Amino acid sequence: MQWETVIGLEVHTQLATKSKIFSGASTAYGAAPNTQACNVDLAFPGVLPVLNREAVNCALKFGVAVGAEIGRRSVFARKNYFYPDLPKGYQISQFELPIVGKGELTVELENGESKVIGITRAHLEEDAGKSLHEDFHGLSGIDLNRAGTPLLEIVSEPDMRSIKEAVAYARKIHQLVVYLGICDGNMQEGSFRVDANLSIRPYGQEAFGTRTELKNINSFRFLERALNYELERQIDVVEGGGRIVQETRLYDADRDETRSMRSKEEANDYRYFPDPDLLPVEIDESLLEQIRDEMPELPGAKLQRFIQEYALGEKEAKALTASRPLADYYEAVVKAGGETKAAANWVTMELGGALNKAGLNLSDSPVSPVQMGGLLVRIADKTISGKIAKQVFEAIWNGEGDADMVIEAKGLKQITDTGAIEPVIDEIIANNPKQVEQFRAGKEKLLGFFVGQVMKATRGKANPEQVNELLLKKLKG
Amino acid sequence: MSLDRSDIEKIAHLARMAVDEDRIEGYATDLSNILGLVAQMDDVETDDVTPMAHPLHMAQRLRVDEVTEVDRREAFQAIAPKVESDLYLVPKVIE
Repeated sequence: MQWETVIGLEVHTQLATKSKIFSGASTAYGAAPNTQACNVDLAFPGVLPVLNREAVNCALKFGVAVGAEIGRRSVFARKNYFYPDLPKGYQISQFELPIVGKGELTVELENGESKVIGITRAHLEEDAGKSLHEDFHGLSGIDLNRAGTPLLEIVSEPDMRSIKEAVAYARKIHQLVVYLGICDGNMQEGSFRVDANLSIRPYGQEAFGTRTELKNINSFRFLERALNYELERQIDVVEGGGRIVQETRLYDADRDETRSMRSKEEANDYRYFPDPDLLPVEIDESLLEQIRDEMPELPGAKLQRFIQEYALGEKEAKALTASRPLADYYEAVVKAGGETKAAANWVTMELGGALNKAGLNLSDSPVSPVQMGGLLVRIADKTISGKIAKQVFEAIWNGEGDADMVIEAKGLKQITDTGAIEPVIDEIIANNPKQVEQFRAGKEKLLGFFVGQVMKATRGKANPEQVNELLLKKLKG
Repeated sequence: MSLDRSDIEKIAHLARMAVDEDRIEGYATDLSNILGLVAQMDDVETDDVTPMAHPLHMAQRLRVDEVTEVDRREAFQAIAPKVESDLYLVPKVIE
């Protein structure tokens, strides 16, 4: 039997606000436990939630970016369940009237094709605290710093038909929210979390199979592995004559498997109802207008502009626009005088390679875009050769100053004075009579040997074109 | 609509409330009566009425995104039943 995979994703993005969605406590990551949990977050009697304007703006930016219907009137609802990291006994979320309605996102696939994935809705809600189940004498420890952090939950249609599509969609959402500046995208810190719904059905069958929901996925690699495991598991169950049970399963990255979360049958009875502590949120046209006006350039538009404005190939432009910081860095290098193609090479290859090797993020780059631009200017005006430039780059990386300082301090300036190169060439010709004879007898590829000798003698500082020219003249003459 | 014993048990469980065995019947009757009261609305034509999300006819006011709270952990934890390593301790909830 040939099985078709059906996947839908729910992405939780922590919104990049300074304070919580309903309180004035800080959302900064990594603070000492419970130092950023105020009386609203702790659900003290008599406290009231007040909605953060910036969280609303973030949701609207996302809605506009995916061409969604915006809920001009959206309502917060209580999602009731008991868990110690949720002090109120309910999570404030949105149910019937979310702030972002139906939209869509075009995802580029590996084979070069693209596919439109439907977005069902995106709603605002508050994050829960964290439970630590380590050894507290049989008890659990609760840190409520995260409680009340604003989340935008983005729900897709079950439109994905392969694991690759699902991963491509998740990556695209990640790229988009980071571009929009509404989420820092840090998956290790839990700023971007994915739940996946997966089911299988025989090819050609219209009705969906029973789905399972996979939770606890915090990297794209794990998303792929969790889905692979779950797909195999479902096929095994069905082909073995069994039946898929609708349930939530946890992905265990250490064992690379999904496990059923023992859940009681009423676990999904959340008894949503409108939160009486919050009034409906109304979005007027002027706010939407403002959001549209302030919309940053989105990845697709930036890609096209890079191809046109900087005369880059699609592959280079794609690499450079993969993230907004990288695209910004590149543009700053160009602005600092870097020739567009050379800048693309140096940013993706030299800088990218060095960052990778050092395990650093672009934001921690020891080489600033202005320094990079300065280096490229010196290659372009032939002060240094491309080979020496790598040496200069290393020195800038190591904090030895910008390109001009390094070139000066290390005496790396390219020798373009014929008077300085000629004696070197004469000496090499004199010292290698055998090779000279062979060359003159027609073994012209020995030119490379002579160029190499000259470059070695000048420690790479001679201008290679000039060396070529002078050598030819002297060897042939 | 009338609720039976199992409905009451389920509602009580969802609310994590203990209910005395001999009071279940009484609750079933009382809650069924409340539902009956609301059910009178079924006789009214409401197709053109937008459901209210809130009894006040106002829109939510929004707060400026600023950190206004300071750390009051010590005060909060002073009245917590059990605290260790700055964490609130609770009965273990997972196996």
